[in-house]
Amino acid sequence: MLKQLWEYTRSTQVWNSIFRHGPMDTARNRGLAVLSNVFLHLHPVKVRKSGIRLRFTWCMGGITFFLFLVEVATGLLLMFYYHPTVEYAYVDIVDLREQVPLGVMRELHRWGAHAMVITVWLHMLRVFMTGSYKPPREFNWNVGVLLLVLTLLLSFTGYLLPWDQLAMWAVTVGSNMARATPLVGHEGPMAPLMKLGDIQLVHAGNDARFALLAGRFVGAGALLRFYVLHCVGIPVVATILMAVHFWRVRKDGGISGPV
Amino acid sequence: MTDGTARDGGGSGGALTPPTDGSAPAPAASPKAVATPIRSDAYKAASGPAAGTVTGSAAGVPAPAGGAAAPKAAAQGAAARGPGQVSRRGFLSTLGVAWTSFAAACAAGAVATNRFMFPNVLFEPPQTFKAGLPEDYLTGAVDTRFKETFGVFIVREEDGAIYALKAVCTHLGCTPNWLEAENKFKCPCHGSGFYRTGINYEGPAPRPLERYRIVLAEDGQILIDKTRSFTYEKGEWSQAESLLTV
Repeated sequence: MLKQLWEYTRSTQVWNSIFRHGPMDTARNRGLAVLSNVFLHLHPVKVRKSGIRLRFTWCMGGITFFLFLVEVATGLLLMFYYHPTVEYAYVDIVDLREQVPLGVMRELHRWGAHAMVITVWLHMLRVFMTGSYKPPREFNWNVGVLLLVLTLLLSFTGYLLPWDQLAMWAVTVGSNMARATPLVGHEGPMAPLMKLGDIQLVHAGNDARFALLAGRFVGAGALLRFYVLHCVGIPVVATILMAVHFWRVRKDGGISGPV
Repeated sequence: MTDGTARDGGGSGGALTPPTDGSAPAPAASPKAVATPIRSDAYKAASGPAAGTVTGSAAGVPAPAGGAAAPKAAAQGAAARGPGQVSRRGFLSTLGVAWTSFAAACAAGAVATNRFMFPNVLFEPPQTFKAGLPEDYLTGAVDTRFKETFGVFIVREEDGAIYALKAVCTHLGCTPNWLEAENKFKCPCHGSGFYRTGINYEGPAPRPLERYRIVLAEDGQILIDKTRSFTYEKGEWSQAESLLTV
């Protein structure tokens, strides 16, 4: 009876409009099930057996990507209750624990972030140990380094959002590094040179640190700016680079495969 | 054809090499020249006279010389094309203008976006404030009444001179505390210590506390201007507005 229902469903136009492959009894249909699916086809139809050997890959790259998805999901849920303003930021985080159902979303997001940083470093270590950076994979290694930097920047920008003492001072210290940049920092090594006569071209009101914080110190401007970077700016760039990164792995012989 | 072998080498080296001697177009003339497209008769006639000089160079450098010969011949053959069509040379330069203007527009967009990131209006507390009359401050004392609101210590020396110390530790930016009993500023973050003059003497602070510009306003009150600060290590404490002498 159930089988008949299943067979019937299978034959409807609705089903065939969504799923363009037949039942998975032929190799062709099994391949099509992956190939004709926009989500699944980012992964190759077949992988080598060595590709799933945990001893080879540690699966750290995959776990990092999974954690990224976890962060996107938990972060999106947090956004429904958080205002990136000086008046509300701290109390919203408290409320996410005290008032919002489950009360653990902020913690999940934070633990996911810690775990993602750990796994991304382990992934880097594994790639180094297996020599998977050697020619022609050098470009992908560099893309991976960029992704590492973006992961750390995500952690940095997200750290400010609870707007507590830890957040404010950590970002004060971190952003103070920007004012020591050569040429674009007002306390950088070439700062005394950046003047036209008496007019200071690069000062506290227009250097790189000012652009980062939207102000002369960590305040409302920095909070909003870091929020936008954390939720949209950096994830967009990271997604693009991840697409390049995964594509490169496939094109260079698949995970854990010879070139 | 005496230069047949050379041309063959050119023909196979660059598939886009047009036949530079007048007899090439017919594919049957040489099997290796099949890769070159068949040209119109007008083109063939126009390139005939030029073929003799171009062929020699085409032998060694197939693609560029061939490419140079093609637009030249094409320009000569342009008269044979329809009225609304642009010649190949014209097409290339049109594209050049288009690409240049596109790149310029992109560059302008990038500059505009960069400027967008620097706000014109800051929602920050006022950077200049009046701190009361000089008489309000005891000689030989460090006053912390504006530390919370404006981040400044007002210090008055025995000889009556007043200066305003920026309450930002020069190590990593925390707010130091004034310890009256121990006669020193002490930073709670990493333990940097400063004398009441602002000179650093212990802990990781690399340089003394900075001074804010301090002047007398028209009504006789002290005016502290946080937009200008003076550092000791650059010798700026000798400048007039780092110290108020009353």
